[in-house]
Amino acid sequence: MDHHRHLDDELDALRDRVLLLGGAAETALERAMKSLMERDSELANQVLEQDDQIDRLEVEIDRQCIDIIALRQPAARDLRFVISVAKMAPVLERIADHAANIARVALDLNNEPELKSVVDLRRMSEHALRMLRAALDAFTAADATAARQVIQSDAEINELYNHIFHRLIEMMVTEPTTATRDARLLFVAKHLERIGDYVTDICELTVYMAEAAFIKHFK
Amino acid sequence: MLVSVSTISPNVTVPAREPGNIASLRTGAAPKVAVRNLDFYYGKMQALHGVSLEIPERIVMAFIGPSGCGKSTFLRTLNRMNDVIPGTRVAGEVLIDGVDIYQPGTDAVELRRKVGMVFQKSNPFPKSIFDNVAYGLRINRLTATPAELEERVEQALKDAALWNEVKDRLKTSALSLSGGQQQRLCIARALAIRPEVILMDEPASALDPMATYKIEELIVELKKQYTIVIVTHNMQQAARVSDSTAFFLLGKLIEINSTEKMFTNPDEKLTEDYITGRFG
Repeated sequence: MDHHRHLDDELDALRDRVLLLGGAAETALERAMKSLMERDSELANQVLEQDDQIDRLEVEIDRQCIDIIALRQPAARDLRFVISVAKMAPVLERIADHAANIARVALDLNNEPELKSVVDLRRMSEHALRMLRAALDAFTAADATAARQVIQSDAEINELYNHIFHRLIEMMVTEPTTATRDARLLFVAKHLERIGDYVTDICELTVYMAEAAFIKHFK
Repeated sequence: MLVSVSTISPNVTVPAREPGNIASLRTGAAPKVAVRNLDFYYGKMQALHGVSLEIPERIVMAFIGPSGCGKSTFLRTLNRMNDVIPGTRVAGEVLIDGVDIYQPGTDAVELRRKVGMVFQKSNPFPKSIFDNVAYGLRINRLTATPAELEERVEQALKDAALWNEVKDRLKTSALSLSGGQQQRLCIARALAIRPEVILMDEPASALDPMATYKIEELIVELKKQYTIVIVTHNMQQAARVSDSTAFFLLGKLIEINSTEKMFTNPDEKLTEDYITGRFG
């Protein structure tokens, strides 16, 4: 049964690698938002520096998945796991890309006078981070029920986005001098909203992995 | 639905399927082959336990399972090839087009004309390529004229995707062909007598990858006209060529499902363990 011991080892290594990528995306988002809230440009620079490493990790996971499919020809739950990871890695990389974009906004805004209010962005980012952590936990435990709960909670991010969107537009109208900076915050809110969608994608893949059920577009 | 659990070794517990609950691909039409509660014995040793399944017309069904699981034995019950083994006994029903092939008075020769067989090892007769394919037609007197015989041989060789490779040397010995060509010749020989069901017992296990590829292509092509049942140890082959797959273990049918479902999300844990190589 050597072949299968090797396969198990390779699947374990793949799981470790994708969780590493998930952790890196989570850290990037956390640091990017902290750099924005606390006007800490050093943190924003760290996020940008780490981004190449995240890209490399994604490519490595891609290669690992291709190797396992080509050389081990996994079936059933093993196949579902490898396919889920192969589709999840680019999603995590995109989350990290959004974090990098938030870090760029932070760098720009940190060089300008502080805005009076950063509205509900902190709440929105905390919710996005909670969702991402819960999604990675659900994936680790192959827990489809937990994954479905995370998907439900995306509605709150969307609600917060709508609220922040209208609030920022109001601010732009009432105080045109800060409109450029408000527009940048609008981008941050949009990045967070997209992250919520990507976390939903991760959870849909976890449901597929655990139950072989396709829930994308059929929720 | 699992109705009983029989412990058959210290480590493996095999759930038995409810005999009346036949899981198969339902096409709405009557099945080409229907097996009900089939038991099979080699002397006192029971090799098959209450197997029930249905095979719709013009599909490829693959039987998979570890060595000794009964899949080849079961395949051979479908055209009574086991009859030639002394001391064997069958209980249950095998219906082809609704007629029980084990009922008294069944003409075994006529049955095997209708349900042809291709074996693991190609077994051409030491005769010419033409005579190999013509053999069944001649002994069964299925053609009226030499021209008709030639036409049937040509058609069978074409159907077996061998015609272009042998049309200029029909009178040479079949033994001069490569292993893959010999196997396709045996398929042509089976096709010549126009069977309705073709049983294949590991037809590509002795062939190189290219010859295997040709046999697999051929199987997919043949299902347009024939119902094909294939026993294979190669799970990737089962995945590539079959529409539905049945998994056997220790003489029991554990699961039968569409091949796609079987290889992505089987219903039974035993099937999943076998397919992912974590068996036992």
